[in-house]
Amino acid sequence: MSDSSLFRDKILPIGTVVLAIIAIWYATAVFLNAPFERDQAERAKTTISFSEILPRTMAQERPVLPAPHQVFAELWDTTIGKKITSKRSLVYHSWITLSSTLLGFLMGTVLGVALAVGIVHFQTLDRSLMPWIITSQTIPILAIAPMIIVVLNAVGISGLLPKATISMYLSFFPIAVGMTKGLRSPEVMHLDLMRTYSASASQTFWKLRLPAAVPFLVTSMKVAISIALVGAIVGELPTGAVAGLGARLLAGSYYGQTVQIWSALLMAAALAGLLVMTVDIIGARVNRRMGVKPA
Amino acid sequence: MPETVISAQNLGLTFETNDGPVHALKDITLDIAEGEFVSLIGPSGCGKTTLLRVIADLEKPTGGTVSINGMTPEQARLARAYGYVFQQAALLPWRTIEDNISLPLEVMGLDSATRASRIKSNLELVNLAGFEKKFPWQLSGGMQQRASIARALAVEPQMLLMDEPFGALDEIVRDHLNEQLLKLWAKTKKTVVFVTHSIPEAVFLSTKIVVMSPRPGRIHEIIDCSELGTDRPLDIRESPEFLRIAHQVREGLKAGHSYDE
Ligand SMILES: Nc1ncnc2c1ncn2[C@@H]1O[C@H](COP(=O)(O)OP(=O)(O)OP(=O)(O)O)[C@@H](O)[C@H]1O
Ligand SMILES: [Mg+2]
Repeated sequence: MSDSSLFRDKILPIGTVVLAIIAIWYATAVFLNAPFERDQAERAKTTISFSEILPRTMAQERPVLPAPHQVFAELWDTTIGKKITSKRSLVYHSWITLSSTLLGFLMGTVLGVALAVGIVHFQTLDRSLMPWIITSQTIPILAIAPMIIVVLNAVGISGLLPKATISMYLSFFPIAVGMTKGLRSPEVMHLDLMRTYSASASQTFWKLRLPAAVPFLVTSMKVAISIALVGAIVGELPTGAVAGLGARLLAGSYYGQTVQIWSALLMAAALAGLLVMTVDIIGARVNRRMGVKPA
Repeated sequence: MPETVISAQNLGLTFETNDGPVHALKDITLDIAEGEFVSLIGPSGCGKTTLLRVIADLEKPTGGTVSINGMTPEQARLARAYGYVFQQAALLPWRTIEDNISLPLEVMGLDSATRASRIKSNLELVNLAGFEKKFPWQLSGGMQQRASIARALAVEPQMLLMDEPFGALDEIVRDHLNEQLLKLWAKTKKTVVFVTHSIPEAVFLSTKIVVMSPRPGRIHEIIDCSELGTDRPLDIRESPEFLRIAHQVREGLKAGHSYDE
């Protein structure tokens, strides 16, 4: 791709959308924060003009919706401006959430792949497990997360693992479904081919089913890693955890620190984007090594 | 007298489908001797593929018996007595050409030196030397089909079962591959069962042509082509004997078709 087409194909459209979002964000912030300023003025028995309101709506300490520059200032202050070991550093909190996300994602991937392998090879597992796997995802995670934390705490497991378990609970599902589909994706002709070689079930698995499933696995891993992050954040909410992005969200909402909430939210979004991108890049590399025709 | 390799007695296969039974094969009795090149020809749906799949133990007959070297098809399959070439090349897209040919050899548990030498010699045989590291999508359809033939040959089976291997190729490539296949057959003395829709192809290649007719799939006529000899240049197709046999096959196909309407 030449420079001009990179600009035209990537930077221009993405940049336009970002600018539009920021513009809408400012407008909404003004609209939502203005009533507070009017109230204040009324209480002080003064009248206030719109041109006076405008700058104030962007500088409130606890705005309904903080203006973008307030959030970015907070982000800057809590990432670059603090030591990463500090409890006030967003990098520190992100790391706490990230570590349970990654552990949960890993556990979810292992569990999902194991379930898929079982389901594809044993008809009874297909019939007995699939309904439970699907049912598991219809229970709202917010209902089940506190129970997982409480139960695991009762048996003496606390810290990283309970949160990772919630991430696993969410992320194993797309992996199990995608991997099952992938392991079943080989054409009948290829299965017949293995049969003419009188290949064993395990040879057929390693040489045909597994490689055929890799692109499916990559796709479901992209979904799984972002919901693993959601799981980790949700896992931090019911425990009143003191660290992690979830804890920052919760603390922020207790004290009406909207700027803190929004910066934690943005951080979570950036983290999710980063994680998905990492899986994407690794996946593209694996696919290329496996001879997938470049698009 | 060469030994009988494939022997089918009153073979029948009925598929039970939702709209009733389909008689894919009925009363097939056929002997194929070692070193023969037998073509199965007939209209679409007459059971050519099904017959080949029964011989390969990819389908179980519902009546009659087949034996391969005195064994059941299953025993023959487990003994890797045949190489099967599908209508499509059926190469694994994530393996390079050499790794595709290596696949059956890995399944057989051959060491890497043996694998490498078989890959090399069989790729040379089908004129694909130099394409080892390419992925299937980087090759033309004809080249892919040649790679799949090399893959079947690499197993070094006594028998080749080929289901319309050149069906999707253009005339020129097809002629070329027919010539190569004939040379290969003359050199290796393998028994070949070959499914085709093309009369000239069948006559050019075969020592024996089995003309089949549909509904139910039966053998209409068996035509001997051994009078064409084993040395067959492409222009033999203009010779009177060739044309006479081709005519006989065409008449057989017509007669097999007629009481259908
Ligand atoms: N698995 C199956 N289930 C049901 N019917 C089948 C099955 N396989 C084949 N048939 C039927 O058996 C008959 C013979 O099929 P077959 O594929 O052997 O024909 P063919 O001679 O190879 O045809 P073509 O020249 O088109 O490849 C057809 O009527 C087909 O519909
Ligand atoms: Mg067929």
